[in-house]
Amino acid sequence: MAGLKVDLCGITIDNPVIPASGTFGYGYEFAELYDINILGTFSFKGTTKDERFGNPTPRIAECKSGMINAVGLQNPGVDKVISEELPKAKKCFCKKIMANVSGFSVDDYAYTCEKLDCCDEIGWFEVNVSCPNVHGGGMSFGTDPAAAADVTKAVKKVTSKPVIMKLSPNVTDIVQIAKACEEAGADGISLINTLLGMRINLKTKRPVIANKMGGFSGDAIFPVALRMVYQVSSAVKIPVIGMGGVSSAEDVIEMMLAGACAVEVGAANLVNPFACRDIINDLPRVMEKYKIDDLSSIIGAAHS
Amino acid sequence: MKQCQFEVTENISLTDTVKRMKLRGDTSTIIRPGQFINIKLDGMFLRRPISVCDVEDDILTIIYKIVGKGTELMSRMKSGTMLDVLSGLGNGYDTSVSGDSPLLIGGGVGVPPLYMLAKKLISEGKNVTVILGFNTKDEVFYESEFTNLGADVTVATADGSYGIRGFVTDAMTDGGYSYFYTCGPELMLKAVYSKSDTSGQFSFEERMGCGFGACMGCSCKTVTGNKRICKEGPVLTKEDIIWQA
Repeated sequence: MAGLKVDLCGITIDNPVIPASGTFGYGYEFAELYDINILGTFSFKGTTKDERFGNPTPRIAECKSGMINAVGLQNPGVDKVISEELPKAKKCFCKKIMANVSGFSVDDYAYTCEKLDCCDEIGWFEVNVSCPNVHGGGMSFGTDPAAAADVTKAVKKVTSKPVIMKLSPNVTDIVQIAKACEEAGADGISLINTLLGMRINLKTKRPVIANKMGGFSGDAIFPVALRMVYQVSSAVKIPVIGMGGVSSAEDVIEMMLAGACAVEVGAANLVNPFACRDIINDLPRVMEKYKIDDLSSIIGAAHS
Repeated sequence: MKQCQFEVTENISLTDTVKRMKLRGDTSTIIRPGQFINIKLDGMFLRRPISVCDVEDDILTIIYKIVGKGTELMSRMKSGTMLDVLSGLGNGYDTSVSGDSPLLIGGGVGVPPLYMLAKKLISEGKNVTVILGFNTKDEVFYESEFTNLGADVTVATADGSYGIRGFVTDAMTDGGYSYFYTCGPELMLKAVYSKSDTSGQFSFEERMGCGFGACMGCSCKTVTGNKRICKEGPVLTKEDIIWQA
């Protein structure tokens, strides 16, 4: 029996495959398609203090080997997530859930995480620092080591659950941001969020997306993500979750070799709603092919 | 929703840019007219959402316009090609509220989903009137198909080269119908909204990521809250619509 179990910030998960935030809702809709209890965990839809409709449409543009989205963190707000979404998620998922949280000020992050902290079904916080800081001239928290550290400290203060900081790749030096989060007390790092991208419609000569730009994800970003996971995991001591263009069991193993202790799957879920199930089912075959008995043993193996 | 393999059994031209494709496979998840399928194409990252025109036993019919790389690729597919399809998506039209004499209004490639709808309404004993709008004579398709179902069909062309000169709304009478169903370009939908004097259902189009409710790419605001065109739509009732500026 292949060893799929891995440790994620002190919680053992059955396998390292995690649907990424924003591609899996609050889980229950995918439970109509397959038993989602086969997952290690899932990261729920980015949740904010207040309800958000998000950006105008079109929010989606196709690209070669990927897609751009500018959804703009549409979510019902933390109160409704606790009263309506989480109870539905709990009915079909019996493991710990990862709470993905966003904010537009340090206080927003702390407020939302403090509210969610009392939910037993939440195992980890995944804090998205790619949002613009309204008090910082709109620059994203994730592009400034000090701002990312401030968010980390504020969230750590309100919860005893593991805090994983989800980093933006749209920076000059992601390692510097990761180190700042680690020093501020982060329990883990997840990366990468989407790469800022754009498409223009040749017929209308205007941007395809109403918001003009959006986050690029999908197969095409895998090498960039892998490189950043490799760099960050060699610079920090805390666990790293790798994501970006992962769509196969081979990709999962490659991410783990680069230093990821768990791997999130994003855009692939939108093309194949069964992507995570298929990857988990395929992992033992690929492990056998590459003579891997236990996934835990290969984390960061490419570094030595 | 089901993910299944469909085999192309026909792929013929209806006009210069519009083609009809017949697919053989598991059609069990198509339970209402106005639902759509999402097709995976080799070399394309996102699937292509296309409304269902008709279902008969294990044959599903779609009609599509060649507008980009994806539909261009589809236009060259031969019979026997196997396609990975997510089937049974969206809410579809509700025929239970149609009354005795519903009016169906379609524009361009908004026409196809109305075919299965007309068929269902007629099988339920309703007197169905259909208005089909196109730009010009060469773009007209499916007039005789609707007539053969037993519907009373009027065609309007914007340039007057066939049928009534003008838009679908120029062919709409004041009153005389119990309810309406429509699908077409947004400008047409807005005109129908203004001209209509009964309640009705509108099928909307939007750029989609997944097509099954996961990505929130196609959200819209409605009177009864935020909805996803792919999941709570594509059909919205007249009373529910909030037009965006």
